[in-house]
Amino acid sequence: MASLLQLFWSFFKIGTFTLGGGYAMIPLMEKELVDKHQWITHEEFLDVIALAQTMPGIFATNMAVHIGWRMRGVPGAVIALLGNILMPILIILALAMSLHYLQGNAVVEAVFKGVRPVVVALIAAPVFRMAKTAKISRYNFWIPLLAALLIWLLGVSPIWVILIAGFGGFVYGKYLEKKEVPS
Amino acid sequence: MIFWKLFYTFCKIGIFNFGGGYAMIALIQNEVVVKQGWMTLAEFTDIVATSQVTPGPIGINVATYAGYTSVVNAGYDPFWGVAGAFLASFSVILLPFLLMLIVSRFLLKYKDHPIVKTVMSVLKLTVIGLIAAAAVLLVSSETFGTYSESPLQFFLSIGLFAAAFFLSLKRKLGPIALIVLAGVVGFVVYYGL
Repeated sequence: MASLLQLFWSFFKIGTFTLGGGYAMIPLMEKELVDKHQWITHEEFLDVIALAQTMPGIFATNMAVHIGWRMRGVPGAVIALLGNILMPILIILALAMSLHYLQGNAVVEAVFKGVRPVVVALIAAPVFRMAKTAKISRYNFWIPLLAALLIWLLGVSPIWVILIAGFGGFVYGKYLEKKEVPS
Repeated sequence: MIFWKLFYTFCKIGIFNFGGGYAMIALIQNEVVVKQGWMTLAEFTDIVATSQVTPGPIGINVATYAGYTSVVNAGYDPFWGVAGAFLASFSVILLPFLLMLIVSRFLLKYKDHPIVKTVMSVLKLTVIGLIAAAAVLLVSSETFGTYSESPLQFFLSIGLFAAAFFLSLKRKLGPIALIVLAGVVGFVVYYGL
């Protein structure tokens, strides 16, 4: 069983040494939690990944909270979470302050002028990647299309779109359930 | 009161985010740029770029940086900006954290339930539209420049966009490499020339 200090240290390493967002943390998490400390088995680890993806919020912190909680209850959840996000927050905060201080600086402005269109491309690209993994077909392509048009053209809040989609999915799931088991 | 609004806004973003970092970028953009007007589109784009080249979950990085910028832009000094940064990252985790503690016990059992699966697959599809809308909304004079003001910047922006899009999709080049490369190009062309 993990001590709070061990939990903190493991998640501190996972949070501090992964570039590229939450999903990039999976290999290091597996190494730390499954291989090195054997706090959970590989099958359990896969289950927790599925759980953390299903739950709202941020994937990496959901992982930390669940595993911390499994090890040491609520204090474990808090400690694992803090370990995971401490360095990232301090680093991005230091950068935020420096870049604000340098606002209007010709070099910074030149660099970001080059970077901005690339950020747009980096947000556009996952649309196509995710479309592949979500198995878009001619029966369901209208769902993302409608969502995009509602937000883009009508200015509907994405939150409402998500709420309606979640409710719609629930109703459809119930309908499928009834169809399978005629009462 | 910007702090209360920051708390409320980022709580909402946290609990309604299904679908990873890019979905959260889309949600944050809609709230802080479109709805609240706490920052310009260019500022937000810079935040996203910076958040991708530093360690940690993208959602946490963007929330922290956006919290700082929102408060400082509202006229507070950097000390309160730091408070805003911590508040935003705290708020974005708060509800998912509580939900994770409450639901962990049951959901491991139900995550394969057909209804949960159906809801998740519909949400997955919806989130694609959400990110697409965010990308479309990001195409503006603030990110690409304008032809009348600087044809060089306008065409270079389109070139960089196309190159990054291609390299990311077809060559699987990571965001960090692309952002650093674009930064170097920007430095050389806009400062060096």
